[in-house]
Amino acid sequence: MIKVENLTKIFGAKRAVNGVSFSVERGEVLGFLGPNGAGKSTTMRMLTGFLPPSSGRVTVGGYDIVEQPIPAKKLLGYLPESAPAYTDMTVHGFLNFTAEIRGLRGDAKKAAVNRVVDLCFLESVLHQNVDTLSKGYRHRTCFAQSIIHDPDILVLDEPTDGLDPNQKHEIRQLIRKMGEKKAIIFSTHILEEVDAACTRAIIIDRGVIVANGTPEELRRKSEWAGAVTLRILGMNPGAVQEKLNQIRAAKKVTATANGSAVIATVFPRSAGDGDLTRDVIAATNGWQIVEVRTEEGRLDEVFYNITMPDTKAADRSAKAGSQG
Amino acid sequence: MNSFGNIKTIAKRELGAYFTSPVAYVFIVIFLLLNGFFTFMVGRFFENGQASLSGPFFMWHPWFYLFLVPAVGMRLWSEERRVGTLELLLTMPIAPWEAIVGKFLASWLFLGLALVLTFPVVITVNYLGSPDNGVIFAAYVGSWLMAGAYLAVSCITSAITRSQVVSFIISVVACLFLILAGFPPVINLLQNLTHHGQWLVDVVTSFSVITHFEGFQKGVLDSRDIIFFLSVIGFSLFTTSVILRTHRTS
Repeated sequence: MIKVENLTKIFGAKRAVNGVSFSVERGEVLGFLGPNGAGKSTTMRMLTGFLPPSSGRVTVGGYDIVEQPIPAKKLLGYLPESAPAYTDMTVHGFLNFTAEIRGLRGDAKKAAVNRVVDLCFLESVLHQNVDTLSKGYRHRTCFAQSIIHDPDILVLDEPTDGLDPNQKHEIRQLIRKMGEKKAIIFSTHILEEVDAACTRAIIIDRGVIVANGTPEELRRKSEWAGAVTLRILGMNPGAVQEKLNQIRAAKKVTATANGSAVIATVFPRSAGDGDLTRDVIAATNGWQIVEVRTEEGRLDEVFYNITMPDTKAADRSAKAGSQG
Repeated sequence: MNSFGNIKTIAKRELGAYFTSPVAYVFIVIFLLLNGFFTFMVGRFFENGQASLSGPFFMWHPWFYLFLVPAVGMRLWSEERRVGTLELLLTMPIAPWEAIVGKFLASWLFLGLALVLTFPVVITVNYLGSPDNGVIFAAYVGSWLMAGAYLAVSCITSAITRSQVVSFIISVVACLFLILAGFPPVINLLQNLTHHGQWLVDVVTSFSVITHFEGFQKGVLDSRDIIFFLSVIGFSLFTTSVILRTHRTS
């Protein structure tokens, strides 16, 4: 539905987005992750035709966003990062305006406005001016605007930003439900949202895609993937560590005392090694184990490992440059 | 047809925005007060004893507009950029020129409404004497076209900056140039400075709204004057679209 090829955006001397390519099909929810300033918003602004790309191509439903912007934009719904809305209008007036500009008239317009008011829980503020709304309501008003024409493709820039936990939950549910029939791209820096709503995730750092896969695939890159955590009674940490270190598939073992128990974690040599659990259970035969858990891997750690080394390297080279 | 619908939707929203904020009411009240004061007190309408509006009424319009029109136009694009709705507007399935024309038309219609509300002065002059209403009508058309030219210039300045104040100041200066280019003291000065004949003076004065408004005040609908105002509007709106595009590419 939406296809991005070699997208690049240069602001002055800075490459904000550098050769980004991906595509999203109907039924997919793509999570767009990255640290602040990684190029998420710039990419989304190019997808939706607000910023023209410096080079590369975006096609939306087969239409090039630069060459045929009108039919392409008709297929798109867009929630910009700041969730802007005309402050001098009521919520109802604003939604009517956006429905009209999307070409809806008469009964179709009325039905569309009612539908999004229901979906986004805006009934209670319908006749309130936008500038008197709380941040959460304003965000939902702008979100309602993006789905008013029931678009095939949704581009949402930080759709849960500024919402309270309940609202976040509702919006994620909504995204997941709509994702069954639409192609959705949403950016976030909240990692739990990837699990809550995405079928696939892309991590972008300093304008370049550094990881692309399902949440499970990304998690498997973590050293925690397949690690085994034990809770053992009646032993000291040193003894536990010594014994567990003998397992061949173990890369690293940690053991700490926790009250009367010892909590030990065995990290696999190869990430996602399913045999490790069996080996650990065999090695600990006769111990008083009250809990065994196989870790799935941690997205935050993957995110950190992928995006931080680059940042550190950039800092180092900047320092070297200033010295030389 | 589709463009027409889009322009209408944009213009309708923009007009509504004027009337939900105090801007519209403040503008209309001040415009009418100024007109009344200058026509009857400064312009000495009664003392003149003439059944005509061109002297005491319309001659002030270039100067009223100098401050009032930039006040109406300053928020047109700077507000969209400041609040971020520009991003919303330009990702809608409409062409940028439709948005530019729609927003301009809304403000222009609003200025037209303010102008129409000066009708009591027309009733007064008709009650007191028998003026040439054709001349009055022509002068109204001219005044509205002149307001449109000022407004289009304000469109440019409000597209340049996020700050309404900066937009206001720049457009007052730009509009002041449009007036001064045809202001008699300036023309005299130019004539004294240049000894190369009349052509330079002619070029400068041809850019002035005052020169082109004069004909309308006499009741002459000269196509050259109409084309002048319409081309100022067209050129300014085109420049606005170029500025909005440059913001997005740089």
